[in-house]
Amino acid sequence: MIREPLIFEISDLGKTGYTIPKLDVPADPKALEGLPLRTDIPDFPQVSEVEVVRHFTRLSQQNYCVDLGLYPLGSCTMKYNPKVNDKIVTFPSFQDSHPLAPADTVQGNLEVLHRTERLLCEITGFDAFTLQPSAGAQGELVGIMLVRAYHESKGKPRKYVLIPDSAHGTNPSSAHLSGYEVKEIKSNAAGRIDLAGLEQAMTDEVAALMVTNPNTLGVFESDICKIASIVHGKGGLLYMDGANMNALTGVARPGDFGVDVLHLNLHKTFATPHGGGGPGSGPVGVKKILEPFLPVPIVVKKGGAYALDFNRPQSIGRVRSFFGNYLVVLKAMAYILSLGPKGIREIAEIAVLNANYIRKSLEGVYDLQYNTASMHEVVFSDKIQKDAYGVTNLDIAKRLIDLGFHPPTMSFPLIVHGALMIEPTETETRRDLDLFIEAMKVIAKEAAENPAVLKAAPHQTYVRRLDETAAARNPIVTWERDKS
Amino acid sequence: MSYIALSDQDKKEMLARVGAASVDELFCCIPEGSRLRRDLDLPAAMSEPELLRHMNAIAGRNTYGRFQSFLGGGAYHHYIPTVVDSLSSRTEFVTPYTPYQPEVSQGTLQVIFEYQTLICRLTGMDIGNASLYDGASAAAEAALMAQRLTHRGRILVARSLHPQYRETIRTLTKNLALTVEEIGFGDCGGLKSAELRDKMGPNVCGLIVQSPNMFGVVEDLAALAAIVHEHKGLMIVSVAEGLSLGVLEAPGNLGADIVCGEAQSFGIPTSFGGPGLGFMGCKKEFLRQLPGRICGLTKDIDGKRGFVLTLSTREQHIRREKATSNICSNQGWCALRATIYLESIGRTGLKEIAGQNIQKAAYAAARLAAVPGVKLRFSGKTFNEFVLVLPKAAAPVVKALQAKGIIPGLELAPFYPELPDTLLVCVTEVRTKEEIDAFAAALEEVLR
Repeated sequence: MIREPLIFEISDLGKTGYTIPKLDVPADPKALEGLPLRTDIPDFPQVSEVEVVRHFTRLSQQNYCVDLGLYPLGSCTMKYNPKVNDKIVTFPSFQDSHPLAPADTVQGNLEVLHRTERLLCEITGFDAFTLQPSAGAQGELVGIMLVRAYHESKGKPRKYVLIPDSAHGTNPSSAHLSGYEVKEIKSNAAGRIDLAGLEQAMTDEVAALMVTNPNTLGVFESDICKIASIVHGKGGLLYMDGANMNALTGVARPGDFGVDVLHLNLHKTFATPHGGGGPGSGPVGVKKILEPFLPVPIVVKKGGAYALDFNRPQSIGRVRSFFGNYLVVLKAMAYILSLGPKGIREIAEIAVLNANYIRKSLEGVYDLQYNTASMHEVVFSDKIQKDAYGVTNLDIAKRLIDLGFHPPTMSFPLIVHGALMIEPTETETRRDLDLFIEAMKVIAKEAAENPAVLKAAPHQTYVRRLDETAAARNPIVTWERDKS
Repeated sequence: MSYIALSDQDKKEMLARVGAASVDELFCCIPEGSRLRRDLDLPAAMSEPELLRHMNAIAGRNTYGRFQSFLGGGAYHHYIPTVVDSLSSRTEFVTPYTPYQPEVSQGTLQVIFEYQTLICRLTGMDIGNASLYDGASAAAEAALMAQRLTHRGRILVARSLHPQYRETIRTLTKNLALTVEEIGFGDCGGLKSAELRDKMGPNVCGLIVQSPNMFGVVEDLAALAAIVHEHKGLMIVSVAEGLSLGVLEAPGNLGADIVCGEAQSFGIPTSFGGPGLGFMGCKKEFLRQLPGRICGLTKDIDGKRGFVLTLSTREQHIRREKATSNICSNQGWCALRATIYLESIGRTGLKEIAGQNIQKAAYAAARLAAVPGVKLRFSGKTFNEFVLVLPKAAAPVVKALQAKGIIPGLELAPFYPELPDTLLVCVTEVRTKEEIDAFAAALEEVLR
């Protein structure tokens, strides 16, 4: 493959990739007088259109993506992203509309927001939704801020948020940003929340328990109703991280099993593409008791028309500009409408079937620290390979790349050492599932017979294993002439 | 429509391997009382043509596109070259996750590295991150960053900072022992430096000021920075109209310590406000307090250059509650669009487009201020927005102009009660001289 230079390295004086129309008003030198003008933008690219096109096309070829094959990143729900939804958001009436436009000129947009809120309420069992949060982590923050506002309205905000040790790192971080101290709850031998431990930790100083369900082990918290009653018994609220909602759509609704507030990731469950790191969208659903505190504005329907309601005195305020990542919400709405009730249920059914198929096929080949039934994902570890041959989950992951797949999630849950968290999602083909299973078996065999090949993997990529320690020790985060 | 790829035969065989009699059995760990034993009450599934027809009908209920619009105020209409749509829609950029596995993500990572470099060149900062959600949350992240860096308890915010940015800062800081205080604006539209001098002190983290500000007025950043630095505070500059950086001096050369803002203007449609593109850059000594993902350069085991996400010890997945920010997903694809945009138009194009914005807005300001009874509210120099004072309340004037096919701008009174009868007008390169002239004529007619 051709080494694709940085654009700065192929830039030449005077080139441009875009022709500017002529200025059609009389140029007035006075317009610039008194402005602090810059003389130059040093080392800013100057390239032709064809160079730009080749640059990005070549770079694109160095990426793995869902459209190339199985992308089993656990808890990330890398399902197929329907093309029609990408098309809908490019309708000029949607994408070129302005967020400060008079409400009567953007009735379509307001309808999208209002209807999507209703659709999400039905799917999750909540009374109201805000679509403002830009991604899951911002949704968590909003959720916990709502909890805080609720407790403040009752007299005091309380002090702690309880979080299981299996949780995603954003949970404690979001709780902290809402002004809470985090207390960790241990998992039991089944990988579930330890009820005795919860009962002990749950005091009237605890504002909420943040639970992920199914949790990051892919295990359903079967005691969820008991958990809810323990939390509610002390006046606390139950928060659910909906990152794993793909296991539940149409099968069970968090609002029906005691959850008070939940965030969704539209870029996971609702098939909006992840874009190499966003934009996402993290709507938050709430029960009636939390509705007064939702971020402003709220879309309301008055008579036949939609309007924006800013007059909500108990609102926590806003957490970003305008209405959130609107076009992402629009894609999710289109997705829900295209699937309908049966299709939405099929998401969970097939996601769970596919995960269990992988689990069954690889059980014994890879270690399962928790033997509890799996939902939409399964968490293996490198224990067998590591104990016997010194091969780690990183080696396994990098070798998978050679065999044509994106690796599973490895950075969490922290309670499984050497984790390989595999989430195939519902859109995988049987053929790709089988190829993946086969690849994992080949790697297990290689670990025994030729571990060196795993240690040095990947072998077939454009770059090989990168020195991340050096990158962090001596950070170079921009291009500098003659230095990069 | 269904996107399931399994045949009935596949399902049967897979269930057999799993050892379950039915799919339902796979959900046995959910207690019966928590199961939904009915169909969801959702509209029936639509085929692709039905869906397109349905969504087209909804799109048709947006009439905004039929108007000549002079709206700005944090979201800007700029021309987007075709290459931006074409290249950014490549599935290899659209459908990967965050680049956790660098060996199969060099495309995304190199783009981020180039993007960080471009942001640094534009802002005059040493380092930058891979993006934040939007300009408002970037401003709030900057406030929190300043608190971490200075360990001080107050932060000053310009009243001329975008009202939604101010609201976001208040929301995101209110539980974190940081007091937010506003500093007013003078008749030039710029920040009152005397008030800044009064309020600035050793317990203040710094100042967040926007330039060009909510009124389009370009602030005297160097003078403000000098006051802030006297007390060892941090000068934080928010830029809501990224394009202004193409022609105005980089804030980093005027004393800024942190520059954050919104880069929607770089190849991203207005999108009813989202997704846009939050950005942040800072001086290199603040690197370990910078929030968000950061891409760094390194080498592979063969010595070949490559890129990785780096400094993750600042981040939530390692540091959990002690992280610099809770951000995980950001606006990667929007940063890609901005990178393609900036690299296409390049140095000369950026300067030219930004210059055209100044010229067209200046022409429009002169034309509109010449309408009898209409004045410019502020005397300060502006980029592509300015504030008009009308001889009467703005709301009915806006309505009357709308009836003539013109959306003349944003009424400021709902955000600034102290600015009655005013209109924030934005003129970018996409508005023609004819449209500006027609706007002036229509305004004159409506006010007559």
